[in-house]
Order: sequence, then structure tokens, then C-alpha cells
Amino acid sequence: MGALAPQLADALSRMPEYLGAHILLSASALSLGLCLSLPLAILGVRSPKLRWVLLGAASVIQTIPSLALLALFYPLLLFLSLAAKATIGEQFSALGFLPALLALTLYSMLPILQNTVTGLLGVDSAAKEAALGVGMTPMQSLFRVELPLALPVIMAGVRTASVLVIGTATLSTPVGQTSLGNYIFTGLQTQNWVFVLVGCVAAALLALAADRLLGLFEHLVKRPDRWRLVAASGGLALLLTAGALAPHLRESPQYIVGAKGFPEQYILASLIEQRLAAQGLRADTHSDLGSALIFNALVAGDVDVYVDYSGTIWSNFMHRADSPPRETVLREMSEWLRRTYGVRVLGPLGFENAYVLAMRRDRAAALGVKTVADLGASSAAMVVGGDYEIFGRPEWRSLRNAYGLSFRQERQMQPIFMYRAVADGEADAITAFSSDGRIAQYGLVTLDDPKHAIPPYDAVLLVSPRRAGDSRLSAALQPLVGRIGIEKMREANLAVSRDDDQLTPAEAARRLWGEIEGRR
Amino acid sequence: MESEAPAIGICDAWKSYDGGADFALRGVTLDVSKREFLALIGTSGSGKTTLLKLINRLIEPTRGAIRIGSEDASQLDPVLLRRRVGYVFQGIGLFPHLTVAENIAITPNLLKWNKAAIAERVGEMLDLVRLPRELGARYPATLSGGQGQRVGVARALAAKPDIVLMDEPFGAVDPITREQLARDYRALHDTLGLTTVMVTHDVVEAVLLADRIAVLEDGELVESGATRDMLNHAKAAHVRELMAMPRRQAERVRALADPGS
Repeated sequence: MGALAPQLADALSRMPEYLGAHILLSASALSLGLCLSLPLAILGVRSPKLRWVLLGAASVIQTIPSLALLALFYPLLLFLSLAAKATIGEQFSALGFLPALLALTLYSMLPILQNTVTGLLGVDSAAKEAALGVGMTPMQSLFRVELPLALPVIMAGVRTASVLVIGTATLSTPVGQTSLGNYIFTGLQTQNWVFVLVGCVAAALLALAADRLLGLFEHLVKRPDRWRLVAASGGLALLLTAGALAPHLRESPQYIVGAKGFPEQYILASLIEQRLAAQGLRADTHSDLGSALIFNALVAGDVDVYVDYSGTIWSNFMHRADSPPRETVLREMSEWLRRTYGVRVLGPLGFENAYVLAMRRDRAAALGVKTVADLGASSAAMVVGGDYEIFGRPEWRSLRNAYGLSFRQERQMQPIFMYRAVADGEADAITAFSSDGRIAQYGLVTLDDPKHAIPPYDAVLLVSPRRAGDSRLSAALQPLVGRIGIEKMREANLAVSRDDDQLTPAEAARRLWGEIEGRR
Repeated sequence: MESEAPAIGICDAWKSYDGGADFALRGVTLDVSKREFLALIGTSGSGKTTLLKLINRLIEPTRGAIRIGSEDASQLDPVLLRRRVGYVFQGIGLFPHLTVAENIAITPNLLKWNKAAIAERVGEMLDLVRLPRELGARYPATLSGGQGQRVGVARALAAKPDIVLMDEPFGAVDPITREQLARDYRALHDTLGLTTVMVTHDVVEAVLLADRIAVLEDGELVESGATRDMLNHAKAAHVRELMAMPRRQAERVRALADPGS
């Protein structure tokens, strides 16, 4: 229990920011969804053809996995943002609020559309005829008779949509939008179950509260004493404003630090943030971004600085299949990034985090496997575990081709579960990260790559084109270049993901800096 | 009276709901004089409700013309026309989400009367249909059938129309309430100087209330005339048979009430 109290305190200290952002995002998406869905549903009631198209489209959107829908909006917005820059000279941030807002708005539409259409079609035809008979225009009939009579059904749809949006908003973390999902993603990556639980419970309570509030609102709309309605709307507006302002109570940051979704990235992002703060520069971190998304965000200037790995750039963005020595890859990559995008490489941190195949020591010994080359024939009977990216990446293809690997099954999973899976025998081998402390923790052996099918993966500090000439930024981060050895990184990685005496990424970053300074 | 234009003039009205395959009305021509109470009778499906709805343009005729006073109805804005004409709906047709007072006030509201005038009118209307004013705050679901129908009449009369159209107005209430309601309405018709067209399938009700009766069958006007003439010398055989029904009932009642005669 002793270990839980500081984790809980840490979690609660982030609550105003996460909850505020979550409320603002959900409320905006729901309002926008309502503003779009209601008029469309009203048109749809009049035209069966349009109704069919609308409900069909909304249903299709609902079947797209929410994470994918959120991610799809980033490239789309990026394209629009660049187009806007080209035409009107103004650029907007394609990362964070906007993609999350649009995806969630689309998500909210099906229940609202469906219930509004059902509710309006279900209004007693006698009431509609009476409305015309007393001299109402079709518009007056709609607003004074049909919508009020359909209100219970419409509100049921709005309440469903609100629960859906609040739940799905937790998935907006990977597109760079702060939400209660930050607890869940970070918690999952660092095995901080207190975080995961706090995120889930907070989202559930928020959904419940929104549902009750909308119920109260509906109840009041139907009553003739309108002042209570005004009071309730006022309360609602106040709550929203509070939610909207909470994240802005802090000064707005000068720099955005990016992080991918694993512990090492959290630590390094924290370290960067702390180094900038030490120089009086304010920064904020967007974490849990995917490899392609974070790189595009850097190029577009939505992210100012982050740590990537040379091999990732080499294979995925330069599309190189060869595998020269570390220094060559670094040099050519830096040159290519500068020339192609204007991205500045501040320098390598000093350690590599390569994809490396790892097996349980006893299993490898029993099969007589020492290098990947020994795996060739026996791979047909083996299950390999990997993170969400590796099996789709070019490095994996070149590894398979170079050694004639053909695994019985490729299982994707959370990196934290991957190490457990191979230790428990659920997988025969995994694509481990060479800087991960868990390789040693679980007593795994890593297999050499004698043919150099996988390129070197030097951790490098990348700076966005618009910050490339920022001397305060580069001065603040220069002390990190070449100062982080593989052992130090492994130790820090293990410290944030082990079960006992777990550190937060920020604590691990401070400890890492202490060691860097000590060595100077 | 003869020289004055009729309150409602229906001239060769045809109506088809399916593009001309079948006709619900086949060339009906009928005038309603000012201050007249006309009953439209006929079996269900005879076209009497369709004819009623042509008058305030809830339904448009396929062919033919409707005149309201000296004006051609097709040249009037249908919405404004409907605000000028009171309509009592079959069933009750009150808006369930509005109070009794809001229901009565609906047409004056649409006509943008000022608030004080509307409130005063609602009170007057409740008095007129002999309902307690406290009922104004209640919702329709809490009313009895008879009360609901009185509210329906009050709503139809609230904007001071000259013409009132009624579709089976007293059908949904019990016989005793119905008789009371019908007599009360007839009194209002006379004191307010209204022109009323009432659709009913109840011949007895038509005979007791109306100045004139028109009989529809299969979309055609079979016969029309003053109530007294229709009772005593209807031309068509089956209309004679229809009009004989109230008399047979009355004779039977008299025989039972006075066994000595």
C-alpha cells in the first residue's frame, strides 16, 4: 500500500488538467455533433432518400474502430493545414484538439441522427395535423409541436452519444490531445495500475454525471417554470467554462515535446522538459504518438522536439534497405533530414534502442540458437510476439528475407505484455527493444544479427524546421548529446516499469540527469 | 340574405389521393350561408372529412374551386386562412405537451396578439365553454373526455373566427356529456353569429343541431336541404330511409314514455 499513495497523489495532481481537457473535448464534440445532426435529421425526416444516405454513412463511421478514426484525421488535417499555408499563408495545428474533435463529432452523430429521425417520424399524425389546422407554418409545427413531442427520444440519443463520446475521448491521447486517456496509456506502458484505474473511474464517473445532467436538463425543458431551466443551463455553462479554463490556468507552453508510447520515450520527454525548464523555457509534452504521426508532426511544427531512432528514419522514411555502420547511418540521416525537411538533428544521445529478437535463455539453449541465423528452419514452428508496429515495418521484412524466417504466428501486443509472454512461454521469441531493462529482468538472451539485416538505432534528438535555428533550445539540450549510455537508459527504463519501488518517468528523468551531471 | 355571398362556396370539387385512379370526392357543389349550421352526414369513406378539410386547405382539391366569402381560397395564404377558420378535430387533437391555457392561446399566439389580450381571451374562452378557469394550468392528459372536447372548442374559437369546421366533434364522449356539449355549442353558434360546418355520422345529432343537412355518398353529394325538408320530403329513397331513423327512434321513445296513449 505504501507504494500506492504517491502514485495516487501523482495521479490526482494531474486531474484538473486531464479532466478539464476531457470535458472541453467531449462537450465540444457533442455540441458540434448536435448542431450537425439535428438539422440533418430534420431534412432526413422529409426525404427518405437522404435519410437512407445519412443513417448509412453514420453507421459506417460507427463501425470504424475509434482509434483508427482518430488517427485518420491527422494526415487529413495535415494535408489541409499545408494547403492552407500554401493558399492563405496561415497554418493551423493538425495535432491534438482538432483531429480528436472531428473524429468524436462523427462518432456522436449516429445515435443523435437515429433517435431524432425515429422521434420525429413517431410523432402522432393527429398532432401534426392539429398543428397545421390551428394555423402553424411547417417550421412552427416543427419547433412548437414535433420537436417537443419527440424530445424524450431525441434526448435518449443525445445521452447515448454523450456516454459514447466521453468513453471514446480517452482514445484521443495518441493523436496528441490531452484527456483522461493519458492516465490509461501512460499507466499501461509503465505498469502503473493506479493510473489506469484512475483514468477509467474518472471517465466512467464523468459519463455518468453527463448522463444525469442531460436527464435533468430534459426534465426541466418540459416544465413550464422556465427560470429553473435557465438556472440549469447557467450551471451547465459554468461547468463547461471551468473545464475549458482549467488547462489554461497554467501559462501556455512555448515548446511542444513529443513522445511515442513507451516508457523510454516518457523518460526522455520528461528529461527534455526538465532541461528546458532549467533554462526558463516552458514546455508541454504530447505523449503516446505513433512513429509516423510524431515524425509528420515534427515536420509540420506541431511538435518541436522529440527523440527518434536512426534506424526508424532510415528504413521507414528514407526507405533504405541496406545497413551500413552506425556513424554512416547517422551522417546520411542527418544530411537527408536537413535537406528534405529542414529538420535539425541535435545529435545522438549515446545509446541504441534497436529491435532485437529475444528468447528465454533455457529455450534458446535447448534449441541451440545463438544468432538469428540459427533460427531459420525452426521458425516455422514458433510464435513470435511484437509491438503494434514491427510486423508492418520494412525492418521486419528485411530480417525475414535475410534469414528465411517464417514464423507460425506473429502476435501483436502491448510491449509490457510481450516480455511476460515470452517468459511464460506464450511466445517463443519477441522483438524486444535493446535498451529495455526487462530483457535482464526476465532473464532473456538477445540474438545477434550477423548479416546486419536490421539497421543501427541510435537515439537522436530531432528539432522541428521552425525551431532549427532556436539557439536557446539547442543550448538547453546540448548537454544531453552523447551523455546517455545504454546501461543508464536500461536502468531508468526498468525503474519506471518494474512492479516494486516504481518511479514516475519524471523521477527517473531527474535521476538520469543526476548521473549525467555526476559524470561530467 | 339572398344577395349576400355565401360564407363558404364549394364548386365542383374533385379530390383524388392516388393521381386520378380513385376519387374521394366527385364534383361536389355546395354553398354554406353566413350564420348557417350545416351538418355533413354520410357513412365512413363517403368523403365528408375530405370535403371539410378542403375548406381550410388542409387538403387541396384535385379540381374545382373553394370560395371563402368573396375570396378564392386558392389565392389565400393557407396558413393565414387556417388562423381565420376555427377547427375542432376528430378525437380531441389537443397538444399533449402544452397546458390547457397554452392550447387555447395557440392561434392568438400565432397571430401575435399581445400577452395581456391573450390571457384575457383564455379566461373568456374557459368561461364561454363553461370550464373553471383553474383548469388552464392543467395538461390535457388530466382532463375528462368532455372537458377535453370543451377545450377543443375553446381553442377553435379563441381567435374569433367567423367560420368553424368540426370533424365528429362530440364522438369521443359519453352520450350524456355529448348531448350537453352539443346544446352548449349550438348556443355559442347562435350568440357569436358563427358559420359552422360539422361532419357527423350521427343522423340524430345532425337533426337536433343543424339548420341544414347535406348527405354524401361515395364522394358525391346525394342531397342537401333544410333539416325540416330533409326529414319530411327527401327525394332519394335511401336518404328518406336514413332520415326516417330519428323519427322511428322518437316514436319508440314516446311509446315507452307514455304507455296510456
